[in-house]
Amino acid sequence: MITLSQVKKSFGNNHVLQGVDLEIARGKSMVIIGGSGTGKSVALKSVLGLVTPDGGTITVDGQDAATAERDAFLARFGMLFQGGALFDSLPVWQNVAFRLMRGALKRPKEEAREIAIEKLRRVGLKPDVADRLPAELSGGMQKRVGLARAIAAEPEIIFFDEPTTGLDPIMSGVINDLIREIVVEMGATAMTITHDMTSVRAIADNVAMLHDGVIQWTGPVADMDSAGDPYLDQFIHGRADGPIEAVR
Amino acid sequence: MSFFLSPLAALGAAFLNMLAALGRISIYAFSTLRHVFKRPFYLRELGIAILNVGWLSLPVVGLTAVFTGGALALQIYAGGARFNAEAVVPQIVAIGMVRELGPVLVGLMIAARVTSSIAAEIATMKVTEQIDALVTLSTHPMQYLTVPRVLAGLICVPVLVGIGDVIGILGGYLVATGTLGFNSSTYLINTFDFLEPRDVFSSLAKGAVFGTIATLMGCYYGMNSGRGAQGVGAATKGSVEAAAILILAANFVLTGVFFSL
Repeated sequence: MITLSQVKKSFGNNHVLQGVDLEIARGKSMVIIGGSGTGKSVALKSVLGLVTPDGGTITVDGQDAATAERDAFLARFGMLFQGGALFDSLPVWQNVAFRLMRGALKRPKEEAREIAIEKLRRVGLKPDVADRLPAELSGGMQKRVGLARAIAAEPEIIFFDEPTTGLDPIMSGVINDLIREIVVEMGATAMTITHDMTSVRAIADNVAMLHDGVIQWTGPVADMDSAGDPYLDQFIHGRADGPIEAVR
Repeated sequence: MSFFLSPLAALGAAFLNMLAALGRISIYAFSTLRHVFKRPFYLRELGIAILNVGWLSLPVVGLTAVFTGGALALQIYAGGARFNAEAVVPQIVAIGMVRELGPVLVGLMIAARVTSSIAAEIATMKVTEQIDALVTLSTHPMQYLTVPRVLAGLICVPVLVGIGDVIGILGGYLVATGTLGFNSSTYLINTFDFLEPRDVFSSLAKGAVFGTIATLMGCYYGMNSGRGAQGVGAATKGSVEAAAILILAANFVLTGVFFSL
């Protein structure tokens, strides 16, 4: 279980997180929604230690993220970045097998390549993609490679940062289905941040809405439409009128 | 009163900012040194960095050295002619290239070519979240990106300086024997008789320091770049400025040290 307790983070006078409390149960898919600039990415990056919170605690299965041994802690995670964040200088298969070619999980090169090709196949990419460079791929293909990299070491926890941003509706649907299938198949705990409501309904077991630096509402995805929270209601229906100011 | 004080306040603030930047760079340098001895060591990355810093810099270093050596021979000949000292061209070209111009020009060319390239590459990696991706893949960016590049600078730039010294002397030789009427064998004998081992040592030592500065500045500014294309541009510009100034400052200090030995 991932637990965020009173997590706070400010950048100068911009108080992004003002006491975030959130629990993500083991094996469940939690989607965090909220407007642009509300701190969704900061919350996610705080768990991984990419951003250091100013206050509060983050634990993963009772282990404090701030004091855990970094390599062992991070080995439990996989992450799909918004833009893919593929390493330009490495061919696709070495991107996917990056973790399997160095450090504690190091395998022989041939074995790492075989695993990479199998993971590429799992996300719907043909083996001939393996030797191409990331710059030679379309945005959708890069997202799939990023997804393959996130699952290559079969992590217990997978984070997805805006997985469908910049993709056409069909490719977004493909990515959403893949995420759902992989999370269910691997039994992984998933945390996704997005403002794409189609993704939310496709991926989520539970939803949390971040607004004004705190969790405004959280609950099962099935309860989202009938929650009666005016902030959530305005957000999921994309209305300009409501308690959330359109100009931020 | 404030009219007179505000320029002083601005000067003071700029000085404090410079000290703070030097402090941050020093901390980064010590952190790099600490990570050199940590495992894993990324040998493949070191190989790629050696190729980029060393091998691919050879043409620019060679061309800079040959033209500088040639121009130096012409200047010394013209200057020496004012007091009938034209014969010192081989000696002055040798000592000028080896002790001063070789290391400084190679250092500055490396700052222009390698520092900018490293800063732009790492800054782009930061902007596109590739640095964050490295961390999530249990790979320390300092060990994977900084250590191999700085070691490549430390290893390759002295070699480049040595090559630059030889090519610079060759440039002077070609001009002197081709257009100034010097005898070929006399020129070479005068050159090698005049140079001392400590001249060569000081040249290579300067190369090692300048190579470390150039690559370290590229990594530091890349890692600390701002967001977007403007952030990458500012990091690249800042890295070259800092590397060039630090190389010239280090050259002054090192020259003083070797002078006193």
